[in-house]
Amino acid sequence: MQLGGSVLGLDEAQRVAVPGEADRGPTRGSVRRARRPAGLRAPWWFVVPAAAMYLFVVVVPSLRGAVYSFTDWNGMSAEWDFVGIANFVEVVTDRRALAALRNTVVLAAVVTIVQNVIGLLLALALNSVFRSRFVLRVVFFAPVVLTPLVSGYIWSYLLAPRGAVNQALISLGLEGWTRDWLGDPATALYAICLSIIWQFSGYSMVIFLAGLQAIPEDVLEAATIDGAGAWRRFWNVVLPLLNGAVVINLMLSLIGGLKQFDQVMAMTGGGPGIATETISTTIYKNAFSSGEYPVSIALAVVMTMVIAILATIQYRLTLRKAD
Amino acid sequence: MHRYTWKSAVQELGLIVLAVAFLVPLYALVNVAFKPRGSQTSALELDLPPTLENLVAAWQQGALGAAIANSFIVAVLSVLGVVVLAAFASYPLARTARGWSRLTFYGFLAGLLIPSQLGLLPLYTTMRDLELLGSLWSLILINIGSQLPFSIFLYTTFLRELPLDYEEAALVDGCGPGRTFVSVVFPLLRAVTGTIVVLNSVGVWNEFFTPLLYLSGSGNTTAPVAIYNFVGQYVSQWPLVFAALVITAIPILALYFALQKHIIKGFAGGLKG
Repeated sequence: MQLGGSVLGLDEAQRVAVPGEADRGPTRGSVRRARRPAGLRAPWWFVVPAAAMYLFVVVVPSLRGAVYSFTDWNGMSAEWDFVGIANFVEVVTDRRALAALRNTVVLAAVVTIVQNVIGLLLALALNSVFRSRFVLRVVFFAPVVLTPLVSGYIWSYLLAPRGAVNQALISLGLEGWTRDWLGDPATALYAICLSIIWQFSGYSMVIFLAGLQAIPEDVLEAATIDGAGAWRRFWNVVLPLLNGAVVINLMLSLIGGLKQFDQVMAMTGGGPGIATETISTTIYKNAFSSGEYPVSIALAVVMTMVIAILATIQYRLTLRKAD
Repeated sequence: MHRYTWKSAVQELGLIVLAVAFLVPLYALVNVAFKPRGSQTSALELDLPPTLENLVAAWQQGALGAAIANSFIVAVLSVLGVVVLAAFASYPLARTARGWSRLTFYGFLAGLLIPSQLGLLPLYTTMRDLELLGSLWSLILINIGSQLPFSIFLYTTFLRELPLDYEEAALVDGCGPGRTFVSVVFPLLRAVTGTIVVLNSVGVWNEFFTPLLYLSGSGNTTAPVAIYNFVGQYVSQWPLVFAALVITAIPILALYFALQKHIIKGFAGGLKG
């Protein structure tokens, strides 16, 4: 979940930094450097323990993974040969791998869109004069701290054939709508999305709220005086100023969705059949059956590239908007 | 625009109804955990009197105590490690403008885009060769390494905004760089440290993929893995399963409701950098 803040946060942090710096005088940066006493030094070796840990856990394994995706290494043996792009060819031809790719993209897209729309609406509603707004904020955020597995299990209970959701539909006279939500390949993936959206909408809401609260009152008042209605104020004033929050939220939910594992394991385990297999569940299952090992590493490489491309697009879009 | 009118009251009422609906799954979680086994009533109906038998049975059969203790150890040591390593690393990264510093900083930022799945299998074989499979240390090392990029990003951007005056005063008073950092700079980073502790604690506590992979086959579990195993064992005995879920969820929910202001601020803190 940490991922998102990153790329975009950088942008946001710098933007937030500018006014503060200006307040303290335009030459602060240069003065700082000129005035700096020679003895004031941050020892470079402070970075060594963190760098070593980061290299060990993230950099080296990831580079090895990238190299192995072009080999037939089975995860155990000491020997391996380069096989070119054969593993990637298998990713786009293998039925299971393709299904995992498709499911992951659909799940990430649905969750990103719905969760952010709900989060934004909740934030707009709570950034108001409502007396209960602090209590409501606590309520809507509560599921965020839950273990995702727990959320998954609660929803699989509610969505069971004789569960609360179907009972509610029956009591509303909508018997035709009842079904085995998780057992039906047509609905299982969306049922998982529901659990994720319920759990994390409050997270999006909190980030949008922080963005909304940073918008100066007088900007909105000026727009009102100029005759802008609520709708135009939102589209032309509020939303552009929320840019940083929007980008962080989109990245958080998108990356979270692309890595989705926990709720799938809790609710369907990838089934029925392969209807809800994601890239992460496929990698996990293949890790223990060595024949599929190279393909799952290739899947991970594809996933990395998808995330990198999306992040670059996002970053470009923010830069353009900021100009 | 800022007056509380009849219209606001109606809107607020609607929002409260929505909030109640939002709480239904949590209510069902607690309610079902207190139902007698074999109860046929719906998730939302109360079965009176509530029974504690599920909670007792889940606690005994699920080895939840040991799992929660493990989760606690892993969370504390991981968060401690992340805070110490990230804070120290950020100091030169924020205060040095030279090329290597910038490069190292972007090197850490790149970690934000690398999904852990890419290095997962090679790292697993390394841990196997180091004979750390099944050990809590493997989780702690992985948590620290993978959480460093975001924490370093937060610390560094915050430190760059921090005026040098305090450090200069410390230098005048004869503090070396190590002492200056520990007793002058680090305390000034309180707000960021709070954000980092909140985000990482929740993240590590709820982490499922890594412990599932690394602890499989060993006697050790963490809370999420214990739940997963427990559910696998007692499928469809919902009151028992939900009792186990409640036991592992209550500590974190209680902590959340007690510290909600700080926790929500921590989650929103990533935005303000």
